[in-house]
Amino acid sequence: MSASTGFENVAVAAAATSREYLTFRLGGEEYGIDILKVQEIRGYDTVTRIANAPAHILGVINLRGVIVPIVDLRVKFALGEARYDAFTVVIVLNVAERVVGAVVDSVSDVLELAPEQIRAAPAFDALLDAGYITGLASVKQGDAERMLILLDIERPMRSSDMGLPEVRRH
Amino acid sequence: MGEVSNQGLQSGGFDLTQFYGVFFEEAGENLANMETLLLAIDADAANDEDLNAIFRVAHSIKGGAATFGFSDVAELTHELETLLDRLRKSELKLRRDMVDVLLEAGDVVKAQLARHQGTAQESPDTTDLVARIRKLAAGETLAPAAGVRKLRVRIGPLADASTADGIAELFRDIPTLGTIDALDDGALSADGYREFCVATASPDSELVELFSFHVGRDQIRISDFAETARTDAADGRADAPAAATPGADPGYGFFVDPKTLPAAKAPAAAKEARPNGRAEKSASAAALESTTLRVSVEKVDQLINLVGELVITQAMLTQQARQFDPVQHQALLSGVADLERNTRHLQDAVMSIRMIPMAFVFNRFPRMLRDLAARLGKDIELATVGEATELDKGLIEKIIDPLTHLVRNSADHGIEMPAARIAAGKPATGRITLSAAHQGGSILIEVRDDGAGLKRDRILAKARERGIPVRDDMTDQEVWALIWEPGFSTADQVSDVSGRGVGMDVVRRNIAALGGTVELDSAEGYGTRVSVRLPLTLAIMDGMSVGVGDETYILPLASVVESFQIERGTIQSIGGSGRAVKVRDQFLPVVALDEVFAVPRRGQTRASEIMVIAEAEGQRIALLVDELLGQQQVVVKNLEANYRRVPGVSGATILGDGRVALIIDVASLVRRARH
Repeated sequence: MSASTGFENVAVAAAATSREYLTFRLGGEEYGIDILKVQEIRGYDTVTRIANAPAHILGVINLRGVIVPIVDLRVKFALGEARYDAFTVVIVLNVAERVVGAVVDSVSDVLELAPEQIRAAPAFDALLDAGYITGLASVKQGDAERMLILLDIERPMRSSDMGLPEVRRH
Repeated sequence: MGEVSNQGLQSGGFDLTQFYGVFFEEAGENLANMETLLLAIDADAANDEDLNAIFRVAHSIKGGAATFGFSDVAELTHELETLLDRLRKSELKLRRDMVDVLLEAGDVVKAQLARHQGTAQESPDTTDLVARIRKLAAGETLAPAAGVRKLRVRIGPLADASTADGIAELFRDIPTLGTIDALDDGALSADGYREFCVATASPDSELVELFSFHVGRDQIRISDFAETARTDAADGRADAPAAATPGADPGYGFFVDPKTLPAAKAPAAAKEARPNGRAEKSASAAALESTTLRVSVEKVDQLINLVGELVITQAMLTQQARQFDPVQHQALLSGVADLERNTRHLQDAVMSIRMIPMAFVFNRFPRMLRDLAARLGKDIELATVGEATELDKGLIEKIIDPLTHLVRNSADHGIEMPAARIAAGKPATGRITLSAAHQGGSILIEVRDDGAGLKRDRILAKARERGIPVRDDMTDQEVWALIWEPGFSTADQVSDVSGRGVGMDVVRRNIAALGGTVELDSAEGYGTRVSVRLPLTLAIMDGMSVGVGDETYILPLASVVESFQIERGTIQSIGGSGRAVKVRDQFLPVVALDEVFAVPRRGQTRASEIMVIAEAEGQRIALLVDELLGQQQVVVKNLEANYRRVPGVSGATILGDGRVALIIDVASLVRRARH
């Protein structure tokens, strides 16, 4: 017990200074989510449609015996074209004690961001509910600099049109 | 709750919380065991064996609670132990009022444990209960009056006799407190004490609280008036009798000088008896440990899930292997056949782990009926048959409520008052029989009573009153079926036990939700029988897969009656939107699955041409599908775990090719079609 305490402290200290984000593309934009929410990344496979579900809920898949709902973030945020091909990727997330798959155009990178790299998002009128955005980050890659939109992925997954109850039934 | 875990952490210097689960589980079992014993015990001829067993229950809970720092539980069980110890040593004779108090104490301990587990907030007040247990342990009977006790209060040692006069004034100021009489003529005794006789309904802790305005807490000494003669003899010290720490709970059992307790010998005696009791217990425990294993439900469920996976993989392999030439791949194919057989056996074996005997449900009814019979003023005895019949744990838990309702109904509406029974030539004691038996792939649970039975005329009259269409020439079965209609209750008076008319339709719906059916049979003057039929498990189901468009759906085979190809023109439209089909002289509503599930047709013009007649809740509908794909055992997965309930769908399963197929909830389609 006591031996591991030291390690935990180091880990906690590191987490306080910087966090890792998984970045992915939706249409022409690049988004980042907390990597700790990500369970795995897999290719898009046929889903079983669920009748009368909202358009962004594509259906359910069998993830090693667990029935997992699949959300198309491109439809949810009305970004880009919802195309399904060999490059379409599903990010399997662990949010609100549930496993949910999110379809995105492509996964780009895992980045470590320090708090000083993250700026508060300005208030703007967008289709995307601004409450989902936790901040903006600019990332330098060589000479090019690109902007990353950081998402609180739990919020859209909990929102009422997902139909997920706030607290999971035990 | 913080207080609880702190206490737990302190005792022993290391984290005990990891053992809490085991303690709660064992204590729960022990309490259930104690209740069963208490209910079975004959107060006039109590068996030593049973008394010892009950004593051991209290003792082992006390030991565990003290170890884990649940002091309230330990205090109460300590009091119980004192009483039980005197009983088992035949120093006291068991009486009915003792059984009642012991049962009540069992409930309170349960509530205390629930609080420590975090499932309940309120900590029950034990002051009155503890007082009664002590009284019983002292060999007294409980006064039926509203708890007014006669107490001897000794104050001292005091320097000045008038200090205690303030206490007498208290009783003048607070009339509800009771009365006080000085036993000494206002003068101090030789060793500096004053004595009063107090008659009050307030607990000791409250008296101490009030008296402490005038004298120190450690100067107050309260004892029962009747027994002071005895305690005085043993009394040499003047310890603080009541809660010595300000703000502490009134659970004073721990702080009392054992000598002031009437059963002063009990703790010592209990100590002597302990090695003996422990030896017996460990012997039986050892016998149990060698044959059983305590495993958490999660582990078993994980095992069941994995076996479910295996079944799916095996189904896939079997499907793929069919493509091979049997002559060239004989070894492979026989291996696949072996795999299929072994998988099936493994699945049966794993499923049987979750099976628990119906006794788990039946055991809660003796207590409930005992209380109920007392409240209703009826004599009721309960007989149970087939307690060993096993049922899936998940189903057992869900069947408790409907069964409780049925048993209550039998006791309340079925069984008549003793006088009415004698007048009808029946024994005064009514009888309710609970039985369980396996029948094919299902379990049949019956609740029978020998009461008044249903009155046909009353039900018909009530139905007319409610605007339900009835005819006088309906068969008995049809009349009894009215009972299950929403809002139907024929009880003359609404009682607090049942009879609000929200019961039977809820019972039927709950049982239907478990994939079961319920039937009722009755003969006026002879009694009523309700039969509940349930599947043995919810996890696996025989299904019929049907194709609609490009999609596959599963129909529970149990609800499929028949299927056939439809001929042109047999479906008739009714009122524009509704459709019906005539099958064997019966018109059935037609439900097209492609419409219900909005299946995309992608330019195909082909219409559904196969009709499957499905039945649920006693009603049939005709489902239109494109094709029948086959029958198979499916492992039921729930959609709610990661998504939510979907209307018209009861769950999902994984097909041989790894795709997900939705399982159709026939009952909800029936309801939709009928209303």
